[in-house]
Amino acid sequence: MTDKKVVIYSTPTCPYCKRAKDYLARKGISYIDRNVAADRDAVKEMVQKSGQMAVPVIIIDNEIVVGFNQALLDKLLSQ
Amino acid sequence: MYDLMIIGGGPAGLSASVYVARKRLKMLLISVDIGGQVNNTLGVENYLGYQFIEGPELIDKFHNQVGQFPIDQKVGNKVSRLEKIDNGFEAICETGDRYQSRVAIFATGKRPRKLNVPGEAEFIGRGVTYCAICDGPVFAGQRVAVIGGGNSALEAALDMVKIAEHVNLVSLTPLTGDPILIDRLKGAKNLDIYLEYQTEKIEGQDFVTGIVIKDLKSGQSKRLEVTGVFIEIGLIPNSEPVSGLINLNKRREVPISCACETTVPGLYAAGDVTDVPEKQIAVAAGEGAKAALQAHRYLQRMALT
Repeated sequence: MTDKKVVIYSTPTCPYCKRAKDYLARKGISYIDRNVAADRDAVKEMVQKSGQMAVPVIIIDNEIVVGFNQALLDKLLSQ
Repeated sequence: MYDLMIIGGGPAGLSASVYVARKRLKMLLISVDIGGQVNNTLGVENYLGYQFIEGPELIDKFHNQVGQFPIDQKVGNKVSRLEKIDNGFEAICETGDRYQSRVAIFATGKRPRKLNVPGEAEFIGRGVTYCAICDGPVFAGQRVAVIGGGNSALEAALDMVKIAEHVNLVSLTPLTGDPILIDRLKGAKNLDIYLEYQTEKIEGQDFVTGIVIKDLKSGQSKRLEVTGVFIEIGLIPNSEPVSGLINLNKRREVPISCACETTVPGLYAAGDVTDVPEKQIAVAAGEGAKAALQAHRYLQRMALT
């Protein structure tokens, strides 16, 4: 569990996004899901914050993770 | 030293892991990731037991089944070279880690083929993508290019004409995908198709701003203004780690016998990295099982001699 703020920028068709969201859910971590397929502002935000255009982007407090990197998520969530 | 080492964590490697673990061999599973190409598969409708299952969910089920056994797993570790040593094999990882085993199963699958043009590597994630189903929606309302002429390129183009302002389909050859997909594309008004055009370079500043393509007939180059480039030009085998041990075929696949044997005794291979016909999850899982059982028999024979 964590009291960190977790935001995920994702698309509904992206398998890695789904894996990332399932993983967070399994760990009991609540997150805000920003669907970049439906929300143009979310796209701008994601590109601005991560400097790139691939999903998923997961933001844990101020740390940015591009892609579903389980080891890095574990590390950031447990700090 | 391990009895057996499985390199690759897709359906072939995971299926092999379950079979090997049940034989109570001391084994290591070593892989860049879990799931491989299935991670880029939205829905699976032809794997027995599931009328429909999402790729990632199927992989989680496979991995959970492997996880119930006490086997060593090194995930996130890329093997750069596999070498023959006196009484077995040694895997040398990019990290410099080395692992040894008496027999090995090589099941590293395939990866998207790259164009190998200037700008491609530089702009990955900043306009260049190899996963249209993942990143496509990010480019809604923009001008994009899809590179390729096969089914994945046609599917990416079909998805993108619905949401992009404009789509360029650029193919080195006449379209090779299914006629049904080609017909569906014909109605699209926001689509230009460039056949027998070579993609020469990808340009941009912080993000992609355009590509340069060359007409192979006239030799003339032109620039297309795009912010997204979807590269869909097929797959290549991840066979580099064994290229020093085995003569690869012309598609760079690992040739195997019907018992998953390579030309090196004690080295087995399974799944998409091999020359087995049909690249399917069910085929890879079956080949992985076969390789595991054959490798086990090999170990038993070794123990007798």
